[in-house]
Amino acid sequence: MLHDAWLIARKDLKLEIRSRVALNQVVPFALLVLVLFAFALDPDRGLLEKATPGLYWIAVLFSGLLAMQRSFAVEAADGVTDALRLSGLAPEGIFLGKTLSVAVQLLVLEVLLGVGVAVLYGTSITGWLLLLATIVVATAAISTAGTLFGVVAAGLRVRETLLPLLLLPVLAPVLIGSTRAFEAALSGTPSEGWPWVGLMSVFAAVYVVAGIFGFGPLMEES
Amino acid sequence: MTTETAGPLGASDSGPTSTGSRTTLILGIVTLFALGVLVLFGLILSPAEENQSDAVRIMYVHVPSATLSYVGCFLTAIGSAVFLWRKSRWWDLVAYASAEVAALFTAFTLVTGMLWGRPTWGVFWVWDARLTSEAMLMLLLLGYLAVRGIAADYEVRAKRAAIVGLLLVPNVFIVRQSVQWWRTLHQTPTLSLSGAEIQGLMLFSLFTGFIAITLSFIWMVIHRFRVAWLEEQVDAEGLDTAIADRRAEGVVS
Repeated sequence: MLHDAWLIARKDLKLEIRSRVALNQVVPFALLVLVLFAFALDPDRGLLEKATPGLYWIAVLFSGLLAMQRSFAVEAADGVTDALRLSGLAPEGIFLGKTLSVAVQLLVLEVLLGVGVAVLYGTSITGWLLLLATIVVATAAISTAGTLFGVVAAGLRVRETLLPLLLLPVLAPVLIGSTRAFEAALSGTPSEGWPWVGLMSVFAAVYVVAGIFGFGPLMEES
Repeated sequence: MTTETAGPLGASDSGPTSTGSRTTLILGIVTLFALGVLVLFGLILSPAEENQSDAVRIMYVHVPSATLSYVGCFLTAIGSAVFLWRKSRWWDLVAYASAEVAALFTAFTLVTGMLWGRPTWGVFWVWDARLTSEAMLMLLLLGYLAVRGIAADYEVRAKRAAIVGLLLVPNVFIVRQSVQWWRTLHQTPTLSLSGAEIQGLMLFSLFTGFIAITLSFIWMVIHRFRVAWLEEQVDAEGLDTAIADRRAEGVVS
């Protein structure tokens, strides 16, 4: 199962490195979102700095959505889905592999966006340990849920509109949790942030289990 | 459509052949009667509350429908689980029917809550934990119903919807937990309004509300289920009839 996961993750990441879609389109989009927030809010009154945690995670979610949709768009073309089923790889492995590749892309995005908010919004970054823990756990939560709902929407004509509708309400607790944890870290009160890290860990665990059990039936049909 | 066709539904799944039956008729009459009693006690016999005056009457329908919106969500998750486990179309449609009715009750809860909030709090909406959870439940249910509405084969749709339906319950739990930590402002326990325990006729009105609204919920789920079942059957039979007609044409020429 883990070997299969590794194969799939490597394949997806290789595809991303070679096609450069993530680099040429998703990353600029993420930075664009940061700039748009500056247009929407008043940058001179420190509003951006105050709202950094929320804006940061909204930017991650929106640009992450693009990455997730892409993760399944590459499978939909040329009957790759059937090829995946014929390959004899364990469905759980496919799920974990897809999750891993989405998570890696999200981590890259998050690092770039972190640099972005530090430079553009003038946010001073403190509480590294909590920030890193939040990023790791939130990334796991977003990528597991995103992969599972990604396959639910995959191959449908309405997938581009369906995925955000399914995924964003489900990810609301992750958005709340990661934002509060970032706020706690940046305001120098990290002890308030750790319960949120715990909540997001539970979320990620639920979706790993759901994905491992749910991916099999979902791969069988269509 | 007077005989029950096994057809593509499978012999073990024998289902309804019309939208109502004698049982649902009786249930409907009992429900109407209960709603009448609720109107009598809720609007006429029970007194106005000291602080909220007449707005308190909204509670007699608001609280039960909020409860049932969660019950419907659980029923959807159960139906989805049994469908995934036993491949039973019957349970799949139970999940569908209860999700749709739950969405209706959630919308009703939100609207009545806002109507209550305006005179009581002065605003339609506050970012209170319970309000936010209910709104998120609405969005989660709309997501599920969106999956039900996709144009795809029955198998594809049912399986994907079942996964989404099954995840409704953990999602609702996590959402509630996170929203509660996020906002623990205007928490008022359900059965005590403005500090004073409700009792006497008001408690009885709330009790009547629970009975009447629960009966309406059951009646609606049963009817929605039967309609959904008949729709599936028409879809399946429509294709069979079309193929048979086409074959018949071939034989004649």
